[in-house]
Amino acid sequence: MTYLTRLLMLCAGLALAACTDPGRFDDSNTVDLNGGNGGLAGSASDPTSPAYFNQAVGDRVLFIIDQYTLTPEARSTLDAQADWLMTNRDYNAVIEGHADEQGTREYNLALGARRANSVQEYLLSRGVPASRLRTVSYGKERPIEICSDESCYAQNRRAVTVISIAPTS
Amino acid sequence: MMHRFLTLLTVLLTSLLAQAAAAQDGPLRIEITEGVIEPLPFAVPALVAENAAAEEVARNIAGVIAADLTGTGLFREIPEKAFISRITSFTSPVQFADWKAVNAQALVTGAVSVDSAGKLVVRFRIWDVFAGQELGNGLQLVGTQDGWRRIAHKVADQVYSRITGEGGYFDSRVVFVSETGPKDKRAKRLAIMDYDGANLTYLTDSSSIVLAPRFSPSGDRILYTSYESGFPRIYVLDVASVRRRVLESQDGTMSFAPRFGPDGTTVVYSVSRGGNTDIFRMDIGTGRSTQLTSAPSIETAPSFSPDGSRIVFESDRSGTNQLYIMSANGGEAQRISNGTGQYGTPVWSPRGDLIAFTKQSKGRFHIGVMRTDGSEERLLTASFLDEGPTWSPNGRVIMFTRETQGAQGAASLYSVDITGRNLKRVPTATGASDPAWSPLQ
Repeated sequence: MTYLTRLLMLCAGLALAACTDPGRFDDSNTVDLNGGNGGLAGSASDPTSPAYFNQAVGDRVLFIIDQYTLTPEARSTLDAQADWLMTNRDYNAVIEGHADEQGTREYNLALGARRANSVQEYLLSRGVPASRLRTVSYGKERPIEICSDESCYAQNRRAVTVISIAPTS
Repeated sequence: MMHRFLTLLTVLLTSLLAQAAAAQDGPLRIEITEGVIEPLPFAVPALVAENAAAEEVARNIAGVIAADLTGTGLFREIPEKAFISRITSFTSPVQFADWKAVNAQALVTGAVSVDSAGKLVVRFRIWDVFAGQELGNGLQLVGTQDGWRRIAHKVADQVYSRITGEGGYFDSRVVFVSETGPKDKRAKRLAIMDYDGANLTYLTDSSSIVLAPRFSPSGDRILYTSYESGFPRIYVLDVASVRRRVLESQDGTMSFAPRFGPDGTTVVYSVSRGGNTDIFRMDIGTGRSTQLTSAPSIETAPSFSPDGSRIVFESDRSGTNQLYIMSANGGEAQRISNGTGQYGTPVWSPRGDLIAFTKQSKGRFHIGVMRTDGSEERLLTASFLDEGPTWSPNGRVIMFTRETQGAQGAASLYSVDITGRNLKRVPTATGASDPAWSPLQ
């Protein structure tokens, strides 16, 4: 499967307007998407690279309003994340849970924690060792889309798997 | 910090009336429980400068007193240009007829001097113009010269409490989160200021996200949540030294939404572990913590009753966010919110009779109050996003965060009277969120 096919499939899965612009997934933009993976991007054509994880595998899953259950699309993305993590054992992951701005700060922190945990549980169930995963919630503190309607909210209700090279022990 | 250097002595000056307390029951009185309020007209002429060093501050103090009183919505200032009489001496008799003629029902007179030690000395009296008598006793306040605003707030608190019969709230501070930058890269730092926006000081830099600061009951310490470790953790910061330490850092957990209990040593907060959020309490002297809730639902935003016996919090155990009250030791909780919509961030009033909350209903956010049994719910505000109420020290005013809509959306602080009147923006130099009002200093 080519990178482009994977990307198109990912976009179809997410069914979101923002995905129609592949430039959004350029390496140069990765830093903006909450940072974590930007520093070790590499080439998206190299399947062992973080860039490949972010772009071809897909580093994020989206949630419906006020929910933390995984959609079929999310589970398919996470299957690919788990495969990648099982193949590339030098990497650990922090799963960031996020919420849209419709809710209080405190509740959204708790909701983001639920979303991050849903992803963590799923990756654990696919065999990724617990020692390689951590979770954090940002609540509504770090939206990636800034408008105040559903097109942005849908992008902001997300859990992002941020990978980094595991410290050598 | 400036306030530390302000040693404030309150010295009884004179008592014109033997039974000064009787003046409290006199005609000059605002009953602020009444439905409609006609603001009470008052005059605060520039204080009499008793030496040259006090000239500028004499006028400034009068201005702050007037701004405090007018800002409540309960008082209306008679402008200086309407005055018939001038106050040229603190000890000369007041010409009541001249003040009656301009309809000043309350009159504040005062004198300022700078003493040989460089201290600011302020004396003032409050007059019931139509009764032609002094309202309570004259007072003398002594402080540093750069603490003149605080002295002015103290005078205004006296005027407010003698006329309304309730405690004031002007000599107080607000800690909040200062916000700069675009919505998707917002920089946040803790800041503290006087309740009216003056004397702004930053307490942290903007290198990590900080959230929801809360004062200790004496105002000397602040609890807040910071991402400086990469994960949300609770810190306690000493206001005077600006030193901080982490309070709660169990690996693999997140902790947030802290609040002091009335004893100043007990803290309640939320911990998220494995996606589940529950409420804990900790003795911050010993660091020992106790889990108070253990449901699979979200339990967060705990707030103590003023007597420390109970805790109000929010939970989605019913399927939507609602408010509950439990014992301060945990155990069974009673749901108190009953309306449609979602309820969050409950805060017990300092008087103990009301709970302020955030309500989300039909795509709008509201700040509201209800009695502690959930009855008599009243919504005070409505906007795209209002949240996070905090009480003035006298339980009369609520400050909160209002965030505007859209890509350019920004947060600022607003205050509103618990009757729903007098909604206004609190001036801040930057965007601002998560205010917490200090006790009266």
